[in-house]
Amino acid sequence: MKILVTVKRVEDWESKIKVRPDQSWIITEGVNYRANPFDEIGVEEALRLRDANAPSEVVVVSIGPAAAGAEIRSGLAMGADRGILVKHDGFLDSDAVARILVKIVEKEKPDLVVMGKQAVDVDDNVCGQLLAEYLGYGQVTFASKKESLESPEEKGKKAGLKLSADKKSLQCAREVDGGLEVLEVSLPAIVTVDLRLNVPRYASLPNIMKAKKKTIEELLPAALGVDIAPKVKVVKVEPPPLRTAGIKVPDVAALVKKLHEEAKVV
Amino acid sequence: MIEAPFTPEHDLFRKNLRDYVERELAPHALEWDEAGIFPREVFTGMAELGALGINYAEDVGGSAGDYWYVVVLAEELVRSRNAGVNMALLVQSQMATPIIGEIGTLEQKKEFLAPALAGEKIAALGISEPDAGSDVANLKTTARREGDEYVINGAKMWITNGTRADFITLAVRTGEKGYGGISLLTFPTDVKGYSVSKKLQKVGNLASDTALLFFEDCRVPVRYLLGEENHGFYHVMTNFQGERLVAAIGAVAGMDRLVEDAIQYGGERSAFGRPLAKFQVWKHKLVEHLTAIEAARWLTYRAVDLFDRKEVAIKEISMAKLFAGDLMQKVVYDCMQLHGGMGYVVETPVARAFRDARLLTIGGGTSEIMKEIIAKLVPGL
Repeated sequence: MKILVTVKRVEDWESKIKVRPDQSWIITEGVNYRANPFDEIGVEEALRLRDANAPSEVVVVSIGPAAAGAEIRSGLAMGADRGILVKHDGFLDSDAVARILVKIVEKEKPDLVVMGKQAVDVDDNVCGQLLAEYLGYGQVTFASKKESLESPEEKGKKAGLKLSADKKSLQCAREVDGGLEVLEVSLPAIVTVDLRLNVPRYASLPNIMKAKKKTIEELLPAALGVDIAPKVKVVKVEPPPLRTAGIKVPDVAALVKKLHEEAKVV
Repeated sequence: MIEAPFTPEHDLFRKNLRDYVERELAPHALEWDEAGIFPREVFTGMAELGALGINYAEDVGGSAGDYWYVVVLAEELVRSRNAGVNMALLVQSQMATPIIGEIGTLEQKKEFLAPALAGEKIAALGISEPDAGSDVANLKTTARREGDEYVINGAKMWITNGTRADFITLAVRTGEKGYGGISLLTFPTDVKGYSVSKKLQKVGNLASDTALLFFEDCRVPVRYLLGEENHGFYHVMTNFQGERLVAAIGAVAGMDRLVEDAIQYGGERSAFGRPLAKFQVWKHKLVEHLTAIEAARWLTYRAVDLFDRKEVAIKEISMAKLFAGDLMQKVVYDCMQLHGGMGYVVETPVARAFRDARLLTIGGGTSEIMKEIIAKLVPGL
């Protein structure tokens, strides 16, 4: 089984994000970067699937600046077999990303593409869906699992996605309002993963050392024949409104009065 | 060396360690201090990350990494906000075990070193005694040879990991008075006649157990001798270098965190309508500390560079430990002061750091010992 898993380099959520004075984007100087956490869950799931269905291969692909090689290395250190970096500096809309991935899928012919359900930088949540549409593949979004993250199944590093006996389809659970639905999708397919699918492993130092020897192939969008001119452009970004200071009320009656008359919540 | 030679692999190790320390260790900082101990699983968890075997050969479970990976370990461990846990882990991997890696027999490495690096056996280093600390040449615990065995009698004091160590890298007297009669042994703690006499109540590093140990006619086989008989003094002295160096690295990283916290708290806490961090007195004080910390970092990195290249670094390491340890006392005092009342309650990391920091001018050789060592290396003094 061949599994392609995507990893995006995103701003570390612990960095303090500030908006540029002209509101065109955020200030990137001094910001730390790391792999999108949903993608790390994707890598973990791909590794578990691989190990449960040998012989299999996990290929990590990222699209971004040369520095995104670090996020691929991170996936390789977790245990993935090799990497592909499609180098591009600057903004790409989700559609361009999906169309680049189409070319990678055509080249690699994986049985399964695993992606984070969204990247935590812009939260678009459309890439996996677009990719499935362009390829004409089945898709399962927000893959999750029945067992909790404290369950023995999770401690035993069991894959949440289950490959059928004939290896032609994959069973996936997904979270819906008030419960789970279980879907079966024929392969090849696109699966986007949610937060409660697994707890990604840490990369150990021996595995970090081993990953040095693994290869990362570098490609360019133009060489893949993809027009990356954006269809969606960022008009402006705004920081959330600053929290204003609270007020003190003398008693409960005054509080209820304010909630009723001013906030209009009771 | 103008830049510290951290490669993408060092950075990746740092990221994984930081995630682990912040998620798995830091949330328990207060709880483990109150318990006066921490779970054994911390040793195995760190071993799974490869954090205990960084600079050991691959055949004993190590990664054969350079010393800059140890720097990453010592720097990231301080994010646990628990100096006791950090000390226990560094004793396990960088103080009690290096000698076995360097001069141990294949058998000793298999029996003691490999399980220690896997986090399965807890290691302690037994050098100090009630009457002899850095004055190693004066130690009094004896190992008398009887046939194929050594018979050990004496006491060891201030032993980190002491109450639950599975083995001790033990310095004993096998020969004449002075430095020429000292040997090293691997000592399994299930030997008859061994006892943990007392768990010491310390000022800080509370999560780490520190003990007074007694040896009464303890018999161990001669094959547990590390290196040659009566040649232990040199190895103990060399071992001190690594111990002091990780202490200096940890102190610098600890000061980074303290000032970072102080700046954040000073930005949030206002007095008379102005954030504390905007008062000139605090701005200047913190900038002075940032400047001195940067100097301490580069003195320490200079010592690391020499140590990593196996050059003589006794002077530089002693200076780094002296400077960083002494500086920490001023930095932690001011950072605690900036926190005001919050800095006096142990829930606040700076309050615990204040207690824990005191060890840095005492443990691993006092500041006065560092000055004596440096003075001997300065011509004319």
